[in-house]
Amino acid sequence: MTRFPLALAFVALATLPLWMPGTYYVNIASQILFYAIFALGVNVLAGYAGLVSLGHAGLFGIAAYAGAKAITAGYGHSVVAVIALATTLVTAAVFAALALRGTGLGFVMITVALGQIVWGVAYRWISITNGDNGITITGRPFPFGLSLASPRGFYWATLVVFLLALASMAVFVASPFGASLQGTRDQPRRMNALGYHVWMIRFLAFLFSGFWSGVAGLLYLYYNQFVSPQMVALTASAEALLMVISGGTATLLGPIVGAVLVVVMKNVASAYIERWNFVLGAIFVVIVVFMPDGLVPGTVRVARWARSALGRA
Amino acid sequence: MALSVDRRRFLVGAGGLTLATTLPRAARAQSRPVKIGLLTVKTGPLASGGIQMEQGTIRFLKDRNYTLAGRKVELIVGDTGGNPAGTKTKIQELVERDGVDMIFGPLAAFELLAISDYAAQAKMPILSLAAAEDMTQRKPNAYFVRASGTSAQYMHPLADYAAKEMKLKRLITIADDFAFGHEQMAGFQRVFEDAGGRIVKKLWPPLVTPDYTPYIAQISGADAVVQGFAGSNPLKFMKQYQDTGLKLPVLGNGTAGDEALLKSYGDEAVGMISCSAYTGDLDTPSNKKLIDGMVKDYGNIPGLYSAGLYINGQVAEAALEKTGGKTDDREAFIRALRAVSLTDTPRGPFTFDRLGNVVGTFYIRRTERKGDKLVNTTIKSYPKVSQFWTYDEKWFLAQPVYSRDYPPLKS
Amino acid sequence: MSLWFVLAVNSITLGGLLFLLSSGFSLIFGLMKIPNLTHGSFFMLGAYLATSLIAYGLDFWTAALLGGLGVALFGGLVERFILRRLAGAELAQVLVTLGLSFMVADVCLMVWTGDPIRIATPAALRGTASVAGLGFPKYRLAISLIAVVFAAGLWALLDRTRLGAMIRAGVDDAAMARVVGIRVSRLFTIVFCLGAWLAGFAGVIGGPILSVYPGLDGEMLPLALVVVILGGSGSLLGSLVGSFVVGFLYNFGQAMFPELAYVVLFLPMLIVLVLRPQGLFGRPAV
Repeated sequence: MTRFPLALAFVALATLPLWMPGTYYVNIASQILFYAIFALGVNVLAGYAGLVSLGHAGLFGIAAYAGAKAITAGYGHSVVAVIALATTLVTAAVFAALALRGTGLGFVMITVALGQIVWGVAYRWISITNGDNGITITGRPFPFGLSLASPRGFYWATLVVFLLALASMAVFVASPFGASLQGTRDQPRRMNALGYHVWMIRFLAFLFSGFWSGVAGLLYLYYNQFVSPQMVALTASAEALLMVISGGTATLLGPIVGAVLVVVMKNVASAYIERWNFVLGAIFVVIVVFMPDGLVPGTVRVARWARSALGRA
Repeated sequence: MALSVDRRRFLVGAGGLTLATTLPRAARAQSRPVKIGLLTVKTGPLASGGIQMEQGTIRFLKDRNYTLAGRKVELIVGDTGGNPAGTKTKIQELVERDGVDMIFGPLAAFELLAISDYAAQAKMPILSLAAAEDMTQRKPNAYFVRASGTSAQYMHPLADYAAKEMKLKRLITIADDFAFGHEQMAGFQRVFEDAGGRIVKKLWPPLVTPDYTPYIAQISGADAVVQGFAGSNPLKFMKQYQDTGLKLPVLGNGTAGDEALLKSYGDEAVGMISCSAYTGDLDTPSNKKLIDGMVKDYGNIPGLYSAGLYINGQVAEAALEKTGGKTDDREAFIRALRAVSLTDTPRGPFTFDRLGNVVGTFYIRRTERKGDKLVNTTIKSYPKVSQFWTYDEKWFLAQPVYSRDYPPLKS
Repeated sequence: MSLWFVLAVNSITLGGLLFLLSSGFSLIFGLMKIPNLTHGSFFMLGAYLATSLIAYGLDFWTAALLGGLGVALFGGLVERFILRRLAGAELAQVLVTLGLSFMVADVCLMVWTGDPIRIATPAALRGTASVAGLGFPKYRLAISLIAVVFAAGLWALLDRTRLGAMIRAGVDDAAMARVVGIRVSRLFTIVFCLGAWLAGFAGVIGGPILSVYPGLDGEMLPLALVVVILGGSGSLLGSLVGSFVVGFLYNFGQAMFPELAYVVLFLPMLIVLVLRPQGLFGRPAV
């Protein structure tokens, strides 16, 4: 039943640069895709593990900084990717080791502190990061002869990575590991009693989440051709979390819908609505009031209710 | 509540695009309006300066009845949110979707640096206030024009004045801990020390610092203090400085002594000596027109930001007149922009150097109380100030760019 | 020598201001378990309201009380009509309070423009008082005094009144409080209004030092978070101690370790969190 809409969505996404009028919108679509990857990464913790991180921009940004440093040092793009992702994973491991000392709000606060420390370093360690001016890079990679320099090429490459991320999420959710992670969210004590190593499960989930945040960060770097401390700021972490919560936590589609909402409001709607910040805030409030579990589960619920109401009539 | 959705813009956005991609350039050359894209900040903490930029632009276009060199002008405003990534997306929107002919803005140096490469590739002329030194020095952009000045260009004359006229010997600097602050204070230091003075201490509070007292408490053993804050920070600093009972004279940069900020100050700002590319009491017809228009439309005295954009408008107008209203030959247009030489502007006479940066008058002003208002009184003008001050250009460019630690403090 | 003295005096002042801001935050968090990310907006909104009231001709203190009241009213509406529906849904609370803070910031930008607005120090408290040959800024001393008075008042309220007893019962165990007949939902509204009032009042009191400008909300919120994390949520003593610890850390940290200015608050917070997740005065989570 779900196969047909899925195939339709896939075709629409794959052909998007062909029917989208103008490169500007193709670029917006690319942005949505890599923010969606970031949001999917955040969702692993916020949704499936019940651990709300407000420090993920630190991981998102550190991948970009590591990538930018590697590019300026003259490494090839595949080496750059390895360096960036390895740096992110090491950082994620340190983050996890510290943050998992707490749960609930303690976890949130530790991640805030960690994120702020990365931000402080990005801002102040000028000899490495060039401070608030950031690091500018030139050129995008040429994987398999496909030039990513054009908006279309970049979009397709981002789409491939996005689909990989989505597939890995789907596999992860269905896997025994995903199930045990959700177990640690709902019944941590019971899981412990059952012999699961709760800490290790959460630690691995953190790495998984960090990995995709890093991938998104690297795409951000290649897309924007620069990285600056604002990418690591607390607001960037909050934005990713807002995408996840507004779309619907612990769903595959939710973070993607949230990414669409935030990117479109910030970049496209802001051209027409002067008070777009107010409207974005109002949208969040309205979502919470009418669909407290997010847009995707909320819409599903409304649709189901409508179908049963129609069936009864 | 101003939730105005601009429908006309929407139509241009959706329908105009297909038109722009199908018709060849030459066919639609003179018939369509000149499109000016303004990159500014209208939301978030930097909005104050950004809104003034928009007001200055609109004032200029109103004064010209939205017609420059015989062509109608369409202004398209993009709100960057004060964020480099947002600025990148907005310039793409203006260039790729709206097909603008030139960009005014952006506000902050980090925004400008984020789009510089893109703009150069798109051969898009940029007329900006953002003060990043290297944009017109070691990493120049051939499509860039700056009629305001580099960070240090404001500080070189101030340092000269401090050393030669105020006869100050030992100074402490305090500025926001980001590139704008670093570049300003480094420029000040070089000129001040070359004139025989000494910088004894440099203090760098983070950009977001609710309370400056921990830094103000370290001010001692100097004749005066130089502050290089931006945004609302000069206000906070001056108030807290006064509260701690310090009496040393304060010297300020263009943003600290800005006319638009004066209404927010109290008596703590009286006596501050500042240096700026614009000064409110300059007696030129265009400055009078600008001030009258701003007061009439917005109830605001113009400052650096609104005057700067008004001046950008004049630069664009002069260049358009030289090209006969043509913007399609970008190389010719940028040549015309950089060859502009104006005398009647709100900042007085200026020209551009070979790198696209202004050579113009800078003003030393004293903030004074007149009735219930604060005003700046110009006490000295430095004409034809170049970004290299009196230094040899080759020598200047061979030095490292001004930064937090360069030139270093003499121990 | 006098550097340390100035820093110490200033640490106490900042601590006092932070106590006003964060005691409400801590109560709301302790009792209602709501991570109220609009708290910084309450602070800013109070200050902005007061600038209008002062421009209208009211004196500073009346404006402070009324500015706080306006914020309390807004806070009450938010609690009654939005947050009440979201009991226990922490993620939804994060989303809604962040969303509200966007809206408040944008409305303030629209109403009061982006220009910074200065709040004049009350005439009687201008200048410095000389004690033992050292100059104290009078207004800053007054802030410390106000904080002490409020700390005592809040302590009396919590420890000596029926309402206080109910609030304490709610903090300890809301479900149990409900069982013994306490109308917890009304309690929540009262506490939220009180917290909002304190934040709004703090914004006005801080005005003569900080002035008011867009972004003030985002500067103050992290400070309140750090105070509550250090002190432990729901504990009045915790916020008091936390406020002064942050006051001292901020002042001495920035002066002594300028290189670490950006992490001077978060590093200690991180250490406390890792070693004692419930905060210095909080109770361990069950």
